[in-house]
Amino acid sequence: MSGTQMQSQASTDLGGDRMFVWGMLIILAFWSLFTVARSADPLMGAHAALFLGASVIGIFAMIAHRTSGYVAESDSYEMGVVKAGVFASVFWGIAGFLVGVIIAGQLAFPNLLYFPELPWTSFGRLRPLHTSAVIFAFGGNVLIATSFYVVQRTSRARLWGGLTPWFVFWGYNLFIVIAATGYLMGITQSKEYAEPEWYADLWLTIVWVAYLFVFLGTLLKRKEPHIYVANWFYLAFIVTIAMLHIVNNLAVPVSLTSSKSYSLFAGVQDALTQWWYGHNAVGFFLTAGFLAIMYYFIPKKAERPVYSYRLSIVHFWSLIFIYIWAGPHHLHYTALPEWAQTLGMTFSIMLWMPSWGGMINGLMTLSGAWDKLRTDPVLRMMVVSVAFYGMSTFEGPLMSIRAVNSLSHYTDWTIGHVHSGALGWVGYISFGALYCLVPWLWKRKELYSRQLVEWHFWISTLGILLYITSMWVSGIMQGMMWRAYNEFGFLEYSFVETVEAMNPYYIIRMLGGVLFLIGAFIMAYNLWRTARGDVREKEYVRDANIAAIPAE
Amino acid sequence: MYETLSSFAQTWGLLLFILAFGLVLIYALSPRNQGKFDKAKQIPLNDEDDAHVG
Repeated sequence: MSGTQMQSQASTDLGGDRMFVWGMLIILAFWSLFTVARSADPLMGAHAALFLGASVIGIFAMIAHRTSGYVAESDSYEMGVVKAGVFASVFWGIAGFLVGVIIAGQLAFPNLLYFPELPWTSFGRLRPLHTSAVIFAFGGNVLIATSFYVVQRTSRARLWGGLTPWFVFWGYNLFIVIAATGYLMGITQSKEYAEPEWYADLWLTIVWVAYLFVFLGTLLKRKEPHIYVANWFYLAFIVTIAMLHIVNNLAVPVSLTSSKSYSLFAGVQDALTQWWYGHNAVGFFLTAGFLAIMYYFIPKKAERPVYSYRLSIVHFWSLIFIYIWAGPHHLHYTALPEWAQTLGMTFSIMLWMPSWGGMINGLMTLSGAWDKLRTDPVLRMMVVSVAFYGMSTFEGPLMSIRAVNSLSHYTDWTIGHVHSGALGWVGYISFGALYCLVPWLWKRKELYSRQLVEWHFWISTLGILLYITSMWVSGIMQGMMWRAYNEFGFLEYSFVETVEAMNPYYIIRMLGGVLFLIGAFIMAYNLWRTARGDVREKEYVRDANIAAIPAE
Repeated sequence: MYETLSSFAQTWGLLLFILAFGLVLIYALSPRNQGKFDKAKQIPLNDEDDAHVG
C-alpha cells in the first residue's frame, strides 16, 4: 500500500468515527438540556444534568483532541483504551467489593448500619449497587479491556473505528455512573441485574452496538486467516448481551421527561423474559466472556497452546446451543407451565458437559508444565479460577433440579453458589488477566512484586472459602428450618427464628468479604507500582540465587 | 400465531438445530482440519512484536 493511499484511508476512518461521536454528543446534549428544563421528575432532572455534564465534557474533549493534531499511527496497536480499561476495572472492582462488604455488614449487624433518615444507605438500594458494580462495572470493564487487547493481538490488526473504541469505553462507564447513582436515588425498574430505567438502557444499547461494530470491524480487517477461539467467545458475549438487553428492556416510558417506564410484558411472560435475560447474563456475560479470557491468557501465561483446539470448538458451540434454554429453572413452582420448568431444568443438567469440557481444556493446557503452579502465582490464580468454574457449574445444574431447588430456592445457598462463581471464577480469572496485562501494556519485564501476588492469592482464597462454606451451612439450615413441621402439622420455626440462627454465618460471610477486599487492595497497589516501573529488587535477586544452587 | 410458531419450533426448528450442531461436530472432528487447528492454537504464542501490527 502506497503512502498516499494509507493516508487517505486513515483520514476517512477518522472522518466517520468523529462524525458518529459528535452526533451522539450533540443528540445527548440536546435531549438532556430539554429534560433538565422540562422534567417535573426531580430524579430525572438529576440524571439529565449528569448526562448534560458528560456530553459537555465530551464535546470539550473532542475539541481538545482535534486541536492537539494527534494522528494515530495506523500500523500500531491501540493500547491506550486497554490501559484505561485496566484502571476502570481496578477502580470499580474495589468499589463493588467494598459495597458488598458494607451490605454484608448490614445483614450481620442490622442495628449498627441502619440509618432510616438516609434512605440511600438502605440495603434495598445498596444491594443492586453491589451487584451491578461487580458484574457490569468491574466485570464489564475487564471484558471490554481484554477483548480489545485480545482481538488486536490475535487478529494482528489495529482496533477498527478510530475514536469509536474510546466512545465505547467512556459511554459504558457513563452508563455505570447513571445506573449506580440511579439505584442510590431509588430509580429502578425492579428487574434483577437489569434495574436501570429506559433512558439508561437506550444509552447502553447505542454503546453496545458501537462495541459490536468495533469488534467485528477489527475481525474483518484481520491479517490472521483463522479467527482464534477466544474471539468466538467474545463475539458470542457481545451479540447475545445485545439481544438479551434489548428484549428484556422493551418498555414504554411514562413520558420523554420521566424516569418511570412500564414493561411491555406482564405476569408470567414478564418473569420468563426476565429470567431468560438473567440466566443468560450469567451464561454469556459471566461465562462466555470470561472463557474468552481463559482461552487467551492461560495459554499465553503458561507458554503452551490450549490443550485441544477441537474441544474448544465443541465447547463453544455446545455452550451456545444449550445455555439459552436454561433460564426457566429460576421459576420452579411458579405460574410458569411445568413443561417449561422441566425444559429449563433439563437443559441446565445438559450444561454439565460443555462446562466440564471447557474446564478440562483449560486445566489440561498446563499438562507438562504443572510445576508453574508452584512458581507462578498469577497462573495459579487463573487455574484455581478454572477449578471454581468447574465447581460452580457442577453445583448450578444440581440446584436447578426441581426437588433440590425446593430446598435451595430463596435461601443463602443461592448466594453462596453465585459467589463461588463470581469470586472464584470471574474474580480470579479477571485478576489473573490484570496481572498479565499491566506488565505487557506498560512494557515491564515483571510485576512489581510476586510475593504480593502470593499474599493476594492466599488471603482472597481464604476469604472465598469462608464465604461459600458459611453460606452453604446457613442456606441449607435456612431451607430445612422453613420446611420443618412439628407433630401437629404446624411450622416448627417462625421466620425470625431462622434469621437469628443465620446470624453467626452472616458474620463469617462478612469476614470472608473483608479478606477478599484486602486482596483486591494488595493487587491495586502491586499493579500501580508495576505500571510506574518499580521492581522489588531483593525479591528477584534472591530468586536468582535460589535458581543457581541446583545448577552447581 | 402462537400455534404456528410453537409447532414449527417443536418440529423443524428442533431438527434444524440438531442438524446444525451435527455440522459443527463434523467440522470440529474431521481429520482434514487437524492441520488448520494445530496452526490456529499457536496464534496467541506466535506474536512477539509488541509495538506493531503484523
